[in-house]
Amino acid sequence: MSGLIEAREIALSFGETPALRGASARIEAGEIVAVTGPSGSGKSTLLHCLAGILAPDSGEVWFGDTRVDTLREAARSALRRDRFGFVFQFGQLVPELTAEENVALPLLLGGTRREAALRHARVLFDRLDLGGLERRRSGELSGGQAQRVALARGLVGEPAVIFADEPTGALDSLAGEQVMDLLVEAARERGTTVVLVTHEPRVAAFAGREIILRDGKVTSPVPDRVPS
Amino acid sequence: MSVPLTLLGLLDREPSHGYDLKRDYDTFFGRGKPLPYGQVYATLGRLARDGKVVISEIAPGSGPDRKQYVITDQGATEVHAWLDTAVEPEPHLQTVLFAKVVLALMTGRPAERYLETQRQLHMQRMRELTEVRRTGPLVDALLADHSLFHLEADLRWIELTGKRLDALAEQVRRPS
Repeated sequence: MSGLIEAREIALSFGETPALRGASARIEAGEIVAVTGPSGSGKSTLLHCLAGILAPDSGEVWFGDTRVDTLREAARSALRRDRFGFVFQFGQLVPELTAEENVALPLLLGGTRREAALRHARVLFDRLDLGGLERRRSGELSGGQAQRVALARGLVGEPAVIFADEPTGALDSLAGEQVMDLLVEAARERGTTVVLVTHEPRVAAFAGREIILRDGKVTSPVPDRVPS
Repeated sequence: MSVPLTLLGLLDREPSHGYDLKRDYDTFFGRGKPLPYGQVYATLGRLARDGKVVISEIAPGSGPDRKQYVITDQGATEVHAWLDTAVEPEPHLQTVLFAKVVLALMTGRPAERYLETQRQLHMQRMRELTEVRRTGPLVDALLADHSLFHLEADLRWIELTGKRLDALAEQVRRPS
């Protein structure tokens, strides 16, 4: 039986350099999973393939009953926008927009009216300890605040899955812990699945289990438990 | 954890009865290993014998809890010196794991597997401590943080050793 997200023997090379060499992984709905492994082991590439950002050269990627890797780009883009949320290492906020506009962005792109989108976004500001920062632009936020805004943007569309690529990589320990605390708390409250790429054991320890990559292959066993 | 110095530190705060000292020790330092009353009073007895505490009053009745203990200048000097001295940096990785790795390489056994098994156990412990840190009071969270950083250091050693097993094997195997 399939999990919520599944990679089956996926391979992907960048030019002559193989990044993934037959990687398989299965993630159940509601799980918080850390993708770990040494630098260059293919962690981020696996996350990008699972999230439909990259299409593998071979193998299959599934999200529920949808085969993701064979979707046309427009359909993959819609899937990412409607079902997935993203948090990257450097927040990647749009500098011209205020914090609340940044958070509302996925809703605005999905066609929600501006007022409704901003109203929805503001709810997350208190939840993520960002009250009072709604009108600031990214240049006026600390690293930890900017990353919490990015987390709010990842959560605002109530996605089925949050993909987080080194979400604490640019933060000091305390700010990083706060982002992880909030991410895990929000995910547990909502039953959101989280796929987290990290090279830091302390961050990986927030997840329920690890998917360990070495040289483009998953070395941790694929769990064979059937979802209840 | 030095029980005598910790009790002295608690007495440096204020004179206390043995019962109060035990309660505070268990709350802040016990971490699931409460200090037996016998050890509390035996330690206080030794501190009194050595002139580091004195008994200031004995309430009517019987039993050790009638006594209130007060730190002396000598005791205070000792506890202040202890607090001012940095803790000796200790190698926290179990030497037994290092011994296993070397012995495994010497005898052609799977050293990688020992390291991986240890890594998984460390990660499991880190998950448990992370949950304590997330949900527990600040005292527990800070102690969990301390353990987490040490476990993380062990994991770095495990990772690095894993990459150097071939070189280590060459050094520890006898030439045939």
